[in-house]
Amino acid sequence: MATLLVDRRAFLKVSLLAGGGLMLAYDFEDAAVQADGVFAPNPFIKISPENGIVIVSKNPECGQGIKTSLQQVIAEELGVDWKDVKIEQADSEEAKYGPQYAGGSTGTPTNWDNLRRVGAAGRILLVKAAADTWGVPEAECEAVNATVRHKPTGRTLRYVELVTKASTLTPPELPTVPLKDAKDYKVIGQAISGVDNPKIVTGKPLFGIDVKVPGMLHAVFEKSPVFAAKVASANLDQIKALPGVKHAFVVEGGTKLDGLLPGVAIVADTWWNAQSARKKLVVKWEDHPTAQQSSAGYAQRAAELVSQPPTKTLRNDGDFDAAVAGGAKVVEAAYSYPFLAHAPLEPQNCTAHYKDGKVEFWAPTQLPQPGRKLVAATLQIPEDAITIHMTRIGGGFGRRLRNDFMAEAAAISKQAGGVPVKLVWTREDDMRHDFYRPAGFHFLKAAVDGSGKIVAWKNRFVTFGEGETFASGASLNDTEFPARFIPNVRLETNIMPFGVPTGPLRAPGSNGLAFVFQSFLDEIAHAAGKDPVQLRLELLGEPRIVTNADGKIPYDAGRMRGVVELVAEKAGWGRKVPKGTGLGIAFHYSHQGYFAEVAEVSVDGAGKVKVNKFWVAGDVGRPIINPSGAINQIQGSVIDGVSEALHQEITIEGGHTKQGNFHDYPLIRMPDSFPVEVHFKDTNLPPTGLGEPGLPPAIPALTNAIFAATGKRVRTLPLTKTDLRPA
Amino acid sequence: MPYTLTVNGKRETVDVPADMPLLWVLRDVLDLKGPKFGCGIAQCGACTVHLGGVATRSCVLPIANVAGKSVTTIEGLSADGSHPLQKAWAEIDVPQCGYCQAGQIMSAAALLKATPRPTDLDIDRAMAGNICRCATYNRIRAAIHQAAGEPPVRSTRSDE
Repeated sequence: MATLLVDRRAFLKVSLLAGGGLMLAYDFEDAAVQADGVFAPNPFIKISPENGIVIVSKNPECGQGIKTSLQQVIAEELGVDWKDVKIEQADSEEAKYGPQYAGGSTGTPTNWDNLRRVGAAGRILLVKAAADTWGVPEAECEAVNATVRHKPTGRTLRYVELVTKASTLTPPELPTVPLKDAKDYKVIGQAISGVDNPKIVTGKPLFGIDVKVPGMLHAVFEKSPVFAAKVASANLDQIKALPGVKHAFVVEGGTKLDGLLPGVAIVADTWWNAQSARKKLVVKWEDHPTAQQSSAGYAQRAAELVSQPPTKTLRNDGDFDAAVAGGAKVVEAAYSYPFLAHAPLEPQNCTAHYKDGKVEFWAPTQLPQPGRKLVAATLQIPEDAITIHMTRIGGGFGRRLRNDFMAEAAAISKQAGGVPVKLVWTREDDMRHDFYRPAGFHFLKAAVDGSGKIVAWKNRFVTFGEGETFASGASLNDTEFPARFIPNVRLETNIMPFGVPTGPLRAPGSNGLAFVFQSFLDEIAHAAGKDPVQLRLELLGEPRIVTNADGKIPYDAGRMRGVVELVAEKAGWGRKVPKGTGLGIAFHYSHQGYFAEVAEVSVDGAGKVKVNKFWVAGDVGRPIINPSGAINQIQGSVIDGVSEALHQEITIEGGHTKQGNFHDYPLIRMPDSFPVEVHFKDTNLPPTGLGEPGLPPAIPALTNAIFAATGKRVRTLPLTKTDLRPA
Repeated sequence: MPYTLTVNGKRETVDVPADMPLLWVLRDVLDLKGPKFGCGIAQCGACTVHLGGVATRSCVLPIANVAGKSVTTIEGLSADGSHPLQKAWAEIDVPQCGYCQAGQIMSAAALLKATPRPTDLDIDRAMAGNICRCATYNRIRAAIHQAAGEPPVRSTRSDE
């Protein structure tokens, strides 16, 4: 991915904008472009005397800081001061910008190389334009602060004075563009405050929910609490007569959980009038086959399945049974974690205007292009009839990787006769129609030999899906650590069919697996009489890169050792702590990032947990493009993980979600927050993303610290399910 | 029916249902998008405004109860973003998604008015009604201390 544009023999296309501006855009060789069905030219940099230097931000911003950090990368190589740059948010136009999405912590690694080259190519053109103007060699010129300077004479020309000349030059090939040496960076590596902060702190409209377009009406949408049940009847005539209501109708919808579901739309002059009318809405829903499902039923079924053969064996190395039989100590435990909601603070919303077979969107979506495909399929219109303006997003966490709200807003706008409609969900809609982090049930067994070395590891993972396919967000890879680090490993799974929408939640898979595996490792350490850090370092072994036989799926034991050792040192691992206080450690690799974390917690006589502090060591290569944003991401990830562990659980009863708002799905608040000390290793590898990999180790570090403080092992989440009072 | 109130120093008359919460009057009638909708039941604090100087959750406050009163929203906290909290928030780079931050700042502003040099415990108490889903609590706390004129809290980081 990192070399996508370069591999396609991308060139910079230079053109003069109307009004005399210079525009730099990718221009892909047509044949290569056609072959992949992707891309044509599009602007990243616009320089003009009127507007100065404008850099276009391609990806959606949901709090990960990409609208600031990637533009630092372009600004650096372009040779401009950050204070002189204006940032513009792009629309969703992948044909022009390449992939545009916020997911998988991929924004940094997939754009790092390309966007440096875009910036550098711009600088080279401007330098050449100045050199040509002066009739001097380019080598005698340098670019600093949006100005080209002729070193021998001290003459200068500002970029904005060079746009006409630069527009006539042949751009360099991106793969051969010389890039700056990291020691010369002036913008990359600076702690830069987010580009939207001035607007955020003064309350300017930025988010999807703030959108206002002329003639816009406001919509609410009632769906069945049992997912995807159809509308049997609704008191629409009564609703239509209520104050402010302009339209009330049944939306047919389908059965696909991530598409347009059946429901009743109310469209009114204000959102409050629509919502007030909704309180008088009476809908009878058709019977639905999943109406009897429950979290309790799933847990019972999981317990039954574990004694039956697995649906699938993911990995079977060595001879697990023989290794257990010959082991000095055997440890066995069952772990589980619940469904979780994303609960972004901005409820799902979308503004859509359907008109003459076309739709214009103002959408807070992490994944605009699939949103376009969903809407095109739902409304039976071509994809190019859809325009998507990407708004700032009031929290993603993976929820807005699904675009159900886009399909709803478009369908409602169309059915209301083509008026622009802003659909805003209530908090209860948001919590009861999420794509939940799937619950998981793990049954583990391990053996150590006489020296305390782990020789056997088995995990039976019971979760949801269809046939042999995991439900979205419920994966277990055959390479998940500690596979490949223990000789006798068996990974098995049972997959249960169900009727609940699921999807990725920040650090999907890892957010549950790290808790289970790193807690169980702790259990093994204690059973073997080993220090938890020592056991982990021995398990990782010598610094080396462990791969599959084909060289793929690398896991760098050295990088992980590095963060484990660093965090242990920073946290003062092994120091004496008061009674009722404990330190816990955990590590996890995900999203190309190596993270180890130590928690210090105190547990009082009533079993109440207080987190005193976290220490984090991360290895995501270098440079850290924006240290301010980077630390913010990690501090937030850790506190988010602790929040999940402390309180959070979505319960399915009668086929629907029981919780509805923050009183019964509590999020962590200021009094329970705690300091998080963050350290980054400076490993000489290209930088990778930070939105997700800091979260997974936080949960087992917390529960391992609780064990150290109390002797109570947390094997199920949230913590409220375990009596943590000292024995 | 019509209700008259003062918003950010300006007299406004709005003709809306008596039970319409102040939040929706501000957002959809007066077009002040700073106060945010997060929960609708005074659980998250994203809608926080000042009512007679007191931090108040506008999502559960019917307009009928606000008639004749004076409301300040984030848009009215300062003319140009120069309130010490707004400056501290931007300098310390508090926001991630940013959705809750207007409400956080309004709660913090009410705290500083009553308690110009708040302790950490004061901050815990005054800010407990405001959820930050991105969990920027470390920086919210640091920004409040900085706005209160205390020495800047060093960011917890190293340059390994």
